[in-house]
Amino acid sequence: MTKQFSEETTGENTGYMLEIQNVHKIFNKGTINEKVALNGVNLKLNKGDFVTIIGGNGAGKSTTLNAIAGVWPVNEGKIIIAGKDITKLSEHKRAPYLGRVFQDPMTGTAATMSIDENLAIAARRGKTRGLKWGVTKEERERYKAMLAELNLGLEERLTSKVGLLSGGQRQAITLLMASLKKPELLLLDEHTAALDPKTAAKVLELSDRIIEENGLTAMMVTHNMKDAITHGNRLIMMHEGRIIYDVAGEEKKNLQVSDLLKKFEEASGGHFANDRMMLAN
Amino acid sequence: MLLAIRIEALINALPGSVAQGLIWGIMALGVYITFRLLDFADLTVDGSIATGGAVAVMLIKNGMSPWLALVFAFCAGMLAGLVTGLLHTLLGIPGILASILTQISLYSINYNIMDKASNQAVSVDKYSLVASLRYVNAQGSSRAIFFAGLFAGVIVIIAATYWFFGTEIGQSIRATGCNEAMARAQGINTSFIKVLALMISNGFVGLCGGIYAQYQGASDINMGRGAIVVGLAAVIIGEVLFGKFCAKRKLAFGFTLFSVVIGAILYWAVYAIVIWLKMPSEDMKLFSAIIVAIFLSIPYLKGKYGRKGVKKNDKAVQ
Repeated sequence: MTKQFSEETTGENTGYMLEIQNVHKIFNKGTINEKVALNGVNLKLNKGDFVTIIGGNGAGKSTTLNAIAGVWPVNEGKIIIAGKDITKLSEHKRAPYLGRVFQDPMTGTAATMSIDENLAIAARRGKTRGLKWGVTKEERERYKAMLAELNLGLEERLTSKVGLLSGGQRQAITLLMASLKKPELLLLDEHTAALDPKTAAKVLELSDRIIEENGLTAMMVTHNMKDAITHGNRLIMMHEGRIIYDVAGEEKKNLQVSDLLKKFEEASGGHFANDRMMLAN
Repeated sequence: MLLAIRIEALINALPGSVAQGLIWGIMALGVYITFRLLDFADLTVDGSIATGGAVAVMLIKNGMSPWLALVFAFCAGMLAGLVTGLLHTLLGIPGILASILTQISLYSINYNIMDKASNQAVSVDKYSLVASLRYVNAQGSSRAIFFAGLFAGVIVIIAATYWFFGTEIGQSIRATGCNEAMARAQGINTSFIKVLALMISNGFVGLCGGIYAQYQGASDINMGRGAIVVGLAAVIIGEVLFGKFCAKRKLAFGFTLFSVVIGAILYWAVYAIVIWLKMPSEDMKLFSAIIVAIFLSIPYLKGKYGRKGVKKNDKAVQ
């Protein structure tokens, strides 16, 4: 069922940016609460791919992103980023490869620390942290310029505590943090779901811009099928811990929401019964 | 006449409170690091303060310089923090429980350090101690030198702490205490950071124990009983009285650290008043526990009350 699009997207690439090979994840294994969250996920992303991920609740979308990020070990399979097998690495050791933005705006930033400190911590992702000063003057100037580009008025509030900012502002800063040190892979886990529609649209636009400007490879989980179609160059649909539909290029561009609903019923052999997803259209 | 004498007695007691407060302020800084910056309720301190005292006194009795003995007291405290940290991060024991296990085992260890005695005296007549009760009410320059030295020492420790928590590692500790998920996503090894913060914190506590044992002329197995409550009280008194003053100020963090030490001084001043009023000093622990409980509950109660208010407003909007 799963299709690959390795040839279509880039011409001269030598390897994949991300390879997920037959990954299984079972929560509470051996108990009555056992839940198979990932049931043999296979996926290959080329450099510069921006893939949107849709699927019902419990389909394994966020679980896939968490498996890549190493929040917990997987039961089976391999995860390879830019040719390096990271399956056995702990979460903080994978961090150099990954930029992450979470659904909850509180998760991505340290509320009691200032904006510049949060950015400085992100700028040191993957570097050894020592006894050098945490934020340098030059850095502060650089951050100021970057924040000015966001058009949120944050450049004047460099030393404000992040906890004082709105959800949208926090997500914008988290996005900046995720891309400050260019990651091999950007993971966006429903990062606009907790925001009001207007703010969500702004943050999505910013995500697009950051991905494009830096030429990032990215995965974005969303409940909004329209967003899934309009953003990125590739779309995958998950169901019961597997990828059941994978589309890219022109075919993806021409998709309609109704196509996706049909596809889902076809592939899963059942009705599409997810209120959140239906309502999102 | 009688009242005048009594007030004089209180005034005579206050320099002692200041000295004691400055010494315990070092310990309170340690508590601040774990409790506020790392968000870890570390009860190791009840044991590690006595460990610092025991190590310092035994080393001095064996001929070591009282100053050098403090370095070892600091290191002994760090070791205690290391044990709590490893119990928590390596073996997955919940933080509070891990620290209680260390605290309890330190009781036996301290007893053994002190040559299987429950206390060990070290006389200022025999050794040139770093601090002693005797200087507090001494006449002439030795008293001034003692207080100036103690104050300078505390300022140096505050400055070092201020610097450290502004560095990359210090920032990692604060990030870990604030939001572990964020810290890990930014590549911070949160387990290592927790162990490190616990070691630094307990190093301060051990150092305090080493100075305090010299100050009172003996190390005692029960020296640390309830120390965590004194430390928390100092942190909270400092926050309640000077929180607004410190915020939004340049060097706000430095002022906050200083307010913790002031909190410790005020704690021992209140203690002196309690003694002066001829209230049983044994009740002081109950008294401090109640104070700490009240002030720790205020943010929670405020939040609960505040949320109700917000709900009402929401309805009004709808």
